[in-house]
Amino acid sequence: MFVRGLKRKCFDGEEDIEGTLAGIKAIPSYNLQRQSLLDMSLVKLQLCHMLVEPNLCRSVLIANTVRQIQEEMTQDGTWQMINTQSTGQASLDRLVSTDILCRSSKDQAEGKHVPAYGTFNKDFESDQAQDSSETMSTASSVQAPRNLQSNVWEMESPQENKGNFQKSLDQIFETLENKSPNSVEDLFSEVDNSYYDLDTMLTGMMSNTKMGHCDSLETFSSPTNTASNSNCKSDLNDLDHIVEILVES
Amino acid sequence: FLGAGGGNDIQWCFSQVKGAVDDDVAEADIISTVEFNHSGELLATGDKGGRVVIFQQEQENKTQSHSRGEYNVYSTFQSHEPEFDYLKSLEIEEKINKIRWLPQKNAAQFLLSTNDKTIKLWKISERDKRPEGYNLKEEDGRYRDPTTVTTLRVPVFRPMDLMVEASPRRIFANAHTYHINSISINSDYETYLSADDLRINLWHLEITDRSFNIVDIKPANMEELTEVITAAEFHPNSCSTFVYSSSKGTIRLCDMRASALCDRHSKLFEEPEDPSNRSFFSEIISSISDVKFSHSGRYMMTRDYLSVKIWDLNMENRPVETYQVHEYLRSKLCSLYENDCIFDKFECCWNGSDRQVEFLSLIVMTGSYNNFFRMFDRNTKRDVTLEASRENNKPRTVLKPRKVCASGKRKKDEISVDSLDFNKKILHTAWHPKENIIAVATTNNLYIFQDKMN
Repeated sequence: MFVRGLKRKCFDGEEDIEGTLAGIKAIPSYNLQRQSLLDMSLVKLQLCHMLVEPNLCRSVLIANTVRQIQEEMTQDGTWQMINTQSTGQASLDRLVSTDILCRSSKDQAEGKHVPAYGTFNKDFESDQAQDSSETMSTASSVQAPRNLQSNVWEMESPQENKGNFQKSLDQIFETLENKSPNSVEDLFSEVDNSYYDLDTMLTGMMSNTKMGHCDSLETFSSPTNTASNSNCKSDLNDLDHIVEILVES
Repeated sequence: FLGAGGGNDIQWCFSQVKGAVDDDVAEADIISTVEFNHSGELLATGDKGGRVVIFQQEQENKTQSHSRGEYNVYSTFQSHEPEFDYLKSLEIEEKINKIRWLPQKNAAQFLLSTNDKTIKLWKISERDKRPEGYNLKEEDGRYRDPTTVTTLRVPVFRPMDLMVEASPRRIFANAHTYHINSISINSDYETYLSADDLRINLWHLEITDRSFNIVDIKPANMEELTEVITAAEFHPNSCSTFVYSSSKGTIRLCDMRASALCDRHSKLFEEPEDPSNRSFFSEIISSISDVKFSHSGRYMMTRDYLSVKIWDLNMENRPVETYQVHEYLRSKLCSLYENDCIFDKFECCWNGSDRQVEFLSLIVMTGSYNNFFRMFDRNTKRDVTLEASRENNKPRTVLKPRKVCASGKRKKDEISVDSLDFNKKILHTAWHPKENIIAVATTNNLYIFQDKMN
């Protein structure tokens, strides 16, 4: 996302904030940019290839980026998750449980849980156990109040993982839901339209499958007519769209 | 020679282009690796469809001194097939990640090719004679009625049309849980290493049912995983030394004599981060996509997303030289992250050696976007950007240097950053070991360029 300013750098321009006025104006934008980068990264981790094992290097780099952002947000005090953690174990690693972040949509459809990292957990287990029988790692069921019709997330779970997955799922949704209807609008109102002119810059790029990411970002903004809807309704709309994207239906 | 002393830069000319002409690229035709053999006579490519195509250089025509021999198809074979991993319910791609040639020991040629999981040793041999004149069989193979045999003769070898056969001699399987990114043949020519995201294994070329694990960086808890292996290579002269690079921009040099499991490096090469350039993408762009030793083994070169760095093996704390490949992309990292281009793995290579001069690693070549590739001369500190395009395909046409306009007013022949085609990436390049001939792979075409001979 590019924010209009003196310097047309992508938001690595955090170092460029000079002067209080510019600072005041830039900081909220920076937060939004950072938030959108976080969302983009989470979506990337979710949208893994359907049939082929995802690229571990790419997943690790994206996960590291997510952690970086979360660490910074924690230091800033903008990371709200800390408040909602019920137990005292608020380790940063748990904030993004990479286990469940990478799932093939095919497996989601089948209700199986074969995450990229999880596969390596299985390897680890099979390394240990030295047998070839597969132990499916699973995710916990989602809280009903979330009002998600995706049964995809509902699975049996080993007890010790339940808490983690629960929290991780909550965290993902919390993060994506972090935008109130207003902030969603703000997020995109601040966007320099020439960001979408990146289409021309990245000629032909947007038209291939990678467009999926761009699509999902646009989906975030499109449904909410913030002026007319109540908060609750637009929250649900947002959630539906978010779930759609995550489940890759 | 190559700018050393003589001061003449190489002038590159188009020589040949291989592959389909149309813009609609079949996925299977995407070139995934390019490698000359040790003499340079053979040039191998691997593609996403699991095929290997080998080109052979024509013998130089003594009368035609204006150009070196052309490369023509010598052998094509299916190296790897797609597989299905039932345990994980995932496909194993047949894409050839790397090809490495063995030095030639007899009439046949040998190469190693690998996909994500399995390495194969292929023997490529020529057959240009066949036995004729059997007593019991006709020429087409049908058995003769023994009662019609009235005389005996000795079968003789008669010439036939050249046939090139590729046969798999060894299959090195089931040793990698993660995706193989590198193979490297040791200078002892008996062993080789294979590296995946988390482990490196040592093999003996004759033994397929065993390999030694020499590096393992897998954490006990996968949730703690933050760094993976991205490339590995044996030292060209020291058969107990190898290096591997990581996604965090570090290179570790290991000595196999120190311990069986080389988890502790002998040397760690890492450049401290430049705080003024820090961003959320710093780590991603520092990830090393390729590492190559210089011919002497005194230096090594690494490629990260924006630059090529030359390291002196005796200095761990910073590279001795850094070359910017496409610095104008630094301000576009966010978009390149979004469209995944930031994860593109560019390779790099050294020049070959001239006949008259001993091996000197003086020129670096690497690819970029828009079908551009770059060369850096370490001596003169000059660099050039060239383009692999069918528009320049008249033989002996000297390639015109290209220039990207990063900002401000675009000059006449320059191309602006916003016009670059990020779908057209050159990830794989190779330099003939002995002559100034280079092979440059675009998505599905292989370009061969030569220096202008006078």
